[in-house]
Parts: sequence; structure tokens; C-alpha cells
Amino acid sequence: MRFSVNTQIAITHIVSRRKQTLVAALGVTVGITAFVFLNSLVLGFNRFFDNTVFKSMPHLRIFHDDEVSQPLLDPATHVVVNPRILNKGKNLINPDAVLKAVQSHSQVVAAVQWVTVNLFYTSGKSQVAGQGCGADIIQVDKMFDIRSTVVAGDMQNLKRMPNGVLLGSGVAEKLNLQVNDNITVISSLGVSKSMKIAGIFRTGNSITDKTRCYMNLSAAQTLLREGNAYVTDIYVKIKDVDHIERYDADFESLTGYTAENWKEANETYVAGAKTRAIMMRAISAAILLVAAFGIYNILNMTIMQKLNDIAILKAQGFSGKDVIKIFVTEALLMGLVGTIMGLLLATFLIRLMSRVYIGGDIGYFPIGFEPVVFVLGAIVGLLVTVGAGYIPARNAAKVDPVEIFRR
Amino acid sequence: MSELVLRTEAIGKYFYEPVKFRVLDDISFEVNKGEFLTMVGKSGCGKSTLLYLLSTMDTDYDGRLFIDNELVTGQSEKKLARIRNEKIGFVFQFHYLLPEFTSLKNVMLPALKLGKYSPEEIEHRAAEKLRLLDLHDIMNKPASKLSGGQQQRVAIARALINDPLIIMGDEPTGNLDSKNTAIVFDIFKMLTTEHQQTIIAVTHDNDFAKSSDRTIELQDGRLLSHKKVWGEV
Repeated sequence: MRFSVNTQIAITHIVSRRKQTLVAALGVTVGITAFVFLNSLVLGFNRFFDNTVFKSMPHLRIFHDDEVSQPLLDPATHVVVNPRILNKGKNLINPDAVLKAVQSHSQVVAAVQWVTVNLFYTSGKSQVAGQGCGADIIQVDKMFDIRSTVVAGDMQNLKRMPNGVLLGSGVAEKLNLQVNDNITVISSLGVSKSMKIAGIFRTGNSITDKTRCYMNLSAAQTLLREGNAYVTDIYVKIKDVDHIERYDADFESLTGYTAENWKEANETYVAGAKTRAIMMRAISAAILLVAAFGIYNILNMTIMQKLNDIAILKAQGFSGKDVIKIFVTEALLMGLVGTIMGLLLATFLIRLMSRVYIGGDIGYFPIGFEPVVFVLGAIVGLLVTVGAGYIPARNAAKVDPVEIFRR
Repeated sequence: MSELVLRTEAIGKYFYEPVKFRVLDDISFEVNKGEFLTMVGKSGCGKSTLLYLLSTMDTDYDGRLFIDNELVTGQSEKKLARIRNEKIGFVFQFHYLLPEFTSLKNVMLPALKLGKYSPEEIEHRAAEKLRLLDLHDIMNKPASKLSGGQQQRVAIARALINDPLIIMGDEPTGNLDSKNTAIVFDIFKMLTTEHQQTIIAVTHDNDFAKSSDRTIELQDGRLLSHKKVWGEV
């Protein structure tokens, strides 16, 4: 490969002062390492938390929201009104048609009819309060990946047992129950039902594990003293989770009911994730800035030492633009070396960190090799060095050779 | 009638530091092709300043400058760089080679910038120029490892690489002993007679000036004489 004259000069300068180049490059290395590592950390954490959250919560919930009474009179008439919540019931009318309408949307991965029932688990004298979820377990599995959380028994059994129940591990431990044991549940309406444990699941989220159970839709309907057309919610899993708010209106117009996405339901969590991301970005930006100053300083120094050479080059017909090219190339080379070392070091650190066992719900440290962050790190690293190199290079271009030769 | 390569029209210049001061005033002269021209005068008379104006590196002056029948005054920085690259070779008092490069590479750089020939051809031509100046055995030595006389000759080889119209020297022998001065003088003489190149050199050395074709004498920023041979007032 043949380089242009300017590049050849830049390479010669870089190679003949290896130590300085290395110091400048190391600054970039530290910056890029921090940038890639911290951003991978944020991404890994967010992914981990998303996974945890979506093990018990749907992307989107369609339900019959409370309505407030409106005056029957013509709105132009002035009357004293006393608005109240209408006691119309919480169920969706014709749930099968609503489900079909939801499934017709192109973004939908899975949708399931859902009934929640507050209940007590009883075994002998002990009672534990909890929540029963009545739904088609196969569809629920598509949504929450139940199968991977089952620690005893088999999820499929639930389908075959009309009075079967898939119990959270926390409840099972408290009541000292195993698979195939019987359990009596009493709903908030006082309906009592004897059920058989088809399996036990453990999501890692202790609130879910200590309260929730899954049962067939019909069992939940019985516990609520309702018929088989009683469905309160439709849970939806969609493809584009991060931009879910774009589809709320679609689902509302498709079904005629309220659609609530996970971001609205978890504003605290979303805000927390945002704060984490901003914090990490600020820290990595600060480190990159320091690296940029390193490059700026070293290049400034180089230029001060090379005033003579710049004057000679200009006397021989190199223009100001050529001088800028030479020194920006030098900055770019330092940046390239630094960025490559930084990416390697970050890979090493991430690998090291991902083997650290934290325990609890988290297990291993939730950090992974994120290609997007690495590409972004490389781009940012090169941009920063070129930016930091351009300022001193522009000053070098302004060097007046006559002034140098007159000394 | 010989060909003109450089012409000045009423060139003048101010210095602003420490006080405003007319350092050159109403300088008009012509230089012919193949001429060996020296510029003399007491120190501070403005001869170096004039040389830097002629070299196009200094653009802050009044009057007009023509090189190769082309108006140079007021051209863009890029255009001027191109003119220096193509038409002017420069030799300084202090050798001013790029220390990290070998002598060969130092000679090659202006030609690589010009890009008229392929890199292989440039290398060949650079080696040729070094041979001309009896330097082929130090071709691959870094410039920083050469003696003063060698460095000055490498600088001359570098000034010659693009076959410039004019070679300008700012006290090209000012830093050399008499033996090396004689060598440089002979090279300059040979360039004007055999290659029809033009030399414009500022010097303090009266012998050097006397042996040149023509001498321009400056005093207090004004042209004292330029038509006559040195010594005839």
C-alpha cells in the first residue's frame, strides 16, 4: 500500500517519537475502555431488568377502565352534577372477538385472555394471601417464558388438569407443598376450591414467587362466580417493546378498551433506567474529554517542537491544508492505536466481569459483549481524537515560515 | 535578448514592530533566465526581507511581483504554495533538513508533493541529484547524522529536485567553511551555465558576490545599484 506524502510524513513523526505516541494513545485507551465498559454495563443491566420485569408483567394490557357518569341532559343546560364511577363491571364484552381484533395487529407476538383473582392459599391452618392468574398457559408461556422458570412438575400438565395450579415457589415453601399435593384456595368472594399442584415455578422476583399462581381460565372464572365469557384483561406481547407507546392508540381503536403499556405501568422503573443511562454517559463523556485533552496537549507540544519543520515544509510548497492533514493524521493514528487497545481492554474487562458471581436473583454479573457499544466506542474514539487534533493542527497551519527563518 | 523569469514593480514593505517602519521602498528590478544574482547590503538593509517576498512566503507588501511572467501578488495561499513547490527551490543558511528523514527522503519530499512523477521515478531522480552533489554514499543516513557541509549540499539537492526555475538562497554559504563555500559556489555556477537555472542569493560574502553574474546592492530599504557589476558604482 502506498500512502500520500502527508501521510508518510505523519507516520514518520509518529514512529520517531514512539513514547509520546504511546502516552497519548494510552489516554484514549482509558477513555474508550471506560466508555465501552460503562455503556455495556448499562445495556446489560437494562436487559436483565427488562427480562425480570417481563417475566410477570405484559408489554401491554387491554382492560375495561372505570367510566365516570355523564349528565344525561344536553351539555348546554346548566345543571349541578355529581359524577360517580359507573358500576358497569370490569369485564370485556365478547372477549373472543376482542382477542381476534388484537391478534390482527402486525406487531403482536402473543395475546392472551386473562382473569386475575385475589385469593388465599390454605393448607391445614396456614393461610397465605395471593393472586391467581387464569389464562391459557401455552400463550402465557409465549409471553413470560414460564417453562424456563418451572422448577418442579410440568407446565403442560396444567392444560390437562381442570383444577390444576402452577404455584409460585415462595408459596409452596411457606405451605410446605410439593407437586401433586392438594391445596385449597379461597377467593375474595368466598368461593373455595380444591386444586392440585401441577408444577412449581421460580421467576427470581420474590413478590411474584411468594404470591402468584397460574390456573386455567375456567378455574379462575369459577372462583369469581362468573361464567366462561368473563374476561377482564387481554395481555399482549409485541415486537417493538422499546417504542410501545406508538401502538397504544392502535389497540385502543381496535378494541374500544383502554390499553396501558408497561412504561406507563412502571414509570419509576423507566425513570430509573433513564437516570442510570444518563449517569453512565456523563461519566464516560468526562473520561473521553480527559483523553481528548491528552491528545490535544501532546499534539500541541509536538507542533511547538516542530515549528522549524513546518516552516521548511511550507517553504517547499506544502500548503496550510497539507500541514493540517499531516497533524490530523498524526492525531488519527494515535487515536486509532488507542481505540484498538481500548476495545481490547474493554473486551477483557467485560469477560472478567461477566464471570463474577453476584448471587441472589441476578446470578452472574449482567454484562455482555454488546456489538453496538463497541462500534459506537470506535466511532466516538476516532471522532474525539480527530477533533482534539484539529485545533492544534489549525494553529500549525497558521505558522508563518518567514517569522521562523528570521530568528 | 534573454528571457525574464522574475520582475518586481515598485515593491515596498512596512514593519510594524516595534514601530511602523518602511523596510523596503520602491524596489524594481528584473532577473533573466540563467543568471547568477547576488544581493548584498549591510545587515538590516532589508535584503533577507526582500528575498522572502520574492519567495512568495511573505505576502504582506505593496507593489507587484511577477514570476515566470505571471502575477504572483494577491494569489491564494494554495496557489502560492504550488508556485513555491514547482518553480522555486530554497536553500537556507541553517541547513533545515527534516531530522527524522534520510537524506534521500528529504530530497524526495517536494517532488512527492508535486506528484509529477511516480514515486519510483522520484526516488531515482533524487538519487541522481545526490550523486550530482557527490552525496550518494550518505543517501540512507538520517539527516540529523550528517556534517554541516553535507547537510547544506543535501538541502541544495532538495532545492533542485523539481527542476525549479529559480533557486533562492538566504546566505547559503554563511555557515560553511571556505572549502564547502567553494563547492557550493561551483554547484551554483554549474546550475546557471549548464541547466539554465536562475540563482538569487543573499550573501555577506563579498568574494562570493564578486564572482556572481550580477549583484544587487540595497541600502536602507532602497535599491542602490543593480545594473552594474559589483564594484562599479
